[in-house]
Amino acid sequence: MSIDWTHFTPWSALAGGVLLGLASALFILLNGRILGISGILAGLLPAKAGDASWRITFMLGLIVSPLIMRAIAPAEMLPNPRIAANMTMVIVAGLLVGWGTRYGSGCTSGHGVCGLSRLSPRSMVATAMFMAAGFVTVFVLKHVV
Amino acid sequence: MQRISEFVVGVMFGLGLMLSGMTDPGKVIGFLDLFGEWDPSLMFVMGGAIAVGFFAFAVAHKRTTNFFGGALHLPTAQQIDRPLMIGSLMFGAGWGLAGFCPGPALVSMAAGQDKAVVFVIAMVAGMIMEEFVERKMRR
Repeated sequence: MSIDWTHFTPWSALAGGVLLGLASALFILLNGRILGISGILAGLLPAKAGDASWRITFMLGLIVSPLIMRAIAPAEMLPNPRIAANMTMVIVAGLLVGWGTRYGSGCTSGHGVCGLSRLSPRSMVATAMFMAAGFVTVFVLKHVV
Repeated sequence: MQRISEFVVGVMFGLGLMLSGMTDPGKVIGFLDLFGEWDPSLMFVMGGAIAVGFFAFAVAHKRTTNFFGGALHLPTAQQIDRPLMIGSLMFGAGWGLAGFCPGPALVSMAAGQDKAVVFVIAMVAGMIMEEFVERKMRR
């Protein structure tokens, strides 16, 4: 292992992380909900009566956020995504993420941020599992095949 | 008020994802590439988020209502079972394969990236398939 200093961005990562934590904090304290993206989205497929509006307003906020980012952030801070996966990989990955987050009851936000913040043993196990699977997958893709 | 805060929280979360680098699959894969050139940034994302979240949930666990007086929905499941583990392994494999998890994928879709649009469609299909299979199995 060696550190990739050219891409290492501790300050923006920490600031972004604090923002994610604040959003999760406000969501549980003001709205009484766990901020878990996969669960919020899946609850709309299809939505049960009376359980849709909070999901929709949250999702609208999430979806307009790139527009707001473009309006307020200096150009060098705008995301500049590097996507190495081809379309087939993207489709397989999407299916795995969709299926897996439902079967495993959460993703990086619900288990990784909220669950670990709550010291939930279930979320600790889930986070260990998805991180381990991520490490192995990237190892195989980058260093084996 | 509830509606406004839900919307604002959605915006904040999206901004946090973009600022932190989570919407860059290359950065996510750089973090997951433990045995190559490793980018530890995502540790700082998790650390920053949990440092704030820890106190908020400590408060939440002592309450029975949210600050607006409405219901507080905290998870009740305790069991560490096979679905939790297998589902999380599947999710992690998909996360490593493309570098997208659900939140950043939705934000990148909204930003107009074609691969993120395809990813989200596949993800929603995966969610619907899982729900369908689980319903069949329960019967």
